[in-house]
Amino acid sequence: MSPAINSAVSTINSGMAPVATPWFFYALAGLAVASGVAVITRRNAVHAALALIVTLLSVAGLYLMLYAPFVAGVQIIVYAGGIMVLFLFVIMLVNIERSSKERRFNRMWPVALAASCALMALFVSAFVKGRALFPDRMISLPESSNTQQIAAMLYGEVSKTGQYRMGQYTFAFEIASLLLLVAILGAVIMTKKKI
Amino acid sequence: MVPITTFHYLVVAAALFVLGVIGVLTRRNVVIVLMSIELILNAVNLNLVAFSRMWGNLHGQVFSIFVTVDAAAEAAVGLGILIAFFRNKETINVDEIDLLKW
Repeated sequence: MSPAINSAVSTINSGMAPVATPWFFYALAGLAVASGVAVITRRNAVHAALALIVTLLSVAGLYLMLYAPFVAGVQIIVYAGGIMVLFLFVIMLVNIERSSKERRFNRMWPVALAASCALMALFVSAFVKGRALFPDRMISLPESSNTQQIAAMLYGEVSKTGQYRMGQYTFAFEIASLLLLVAILGAVIMTKKKI
Repeated sequence: MVPITTFHYLVVAAALFVLGVIGVLTRRNVVIVLMSIELILNAVNLNLVAFSRMWGNLHGQVFSIFVTVDAAAEAAVGLGILIAFFRNKETINVDEIDLLKW
């Protein structure tokens, strides 16, 4: 066996099995940030929506690297499949020809950019100063039954592990469904011409 | 090679958050402002999932699903308001939305 395979096997056996190499992380993070920049700078709203889809998919890849396959699936289905279709429909309904010829940014953009850069500096300095709080090794989750455990936490399905209390978030889950109902009613009532 | 820790994910999430804030503050197109809000919520989700992995439990992931539900509701209501506004004023620019300005 070659030394590279040996080291990989020993890494897996030592319990810290990485899902992928750090290069995947850097590629996905770079893709997410680059297409995020494209979202806020493109003149055409359709191009911005497509760039946002790329961002959402690469963030879903980051979720997979964090052993969160259920959240990654929800991200792809709900965000990239549902919300972005809604956005694209609305972009088609409102005219983009006129708005694509106008100014992209409002008059206060230098102030807003400076404030946002200050916010980023604040974040990074806080993270660097508090870096001792973050352990170097991540605790690995029992990823094999991830979806089942999340389902158990949400609405109390049968979970083999029994690590979590059943249906811990049932009330919040029902409130979320009520929120969605209110959002549907609000969207329909506001969009209708005559009620 | 430096192993990827929570710190790295936090930096990525902070970058996405700040990009979203820049979009909200500077763009004139309301659709792109709403997309920037989605970017901000995604950054929050990434933070929640990264901390959930760091502490080794799943509460952060469950909370990130609630954030996703909230994002869907917000997008539906926001785009509904946008269509109602576009019907009245024929514009989708933020600085021309001044019906309530006295």
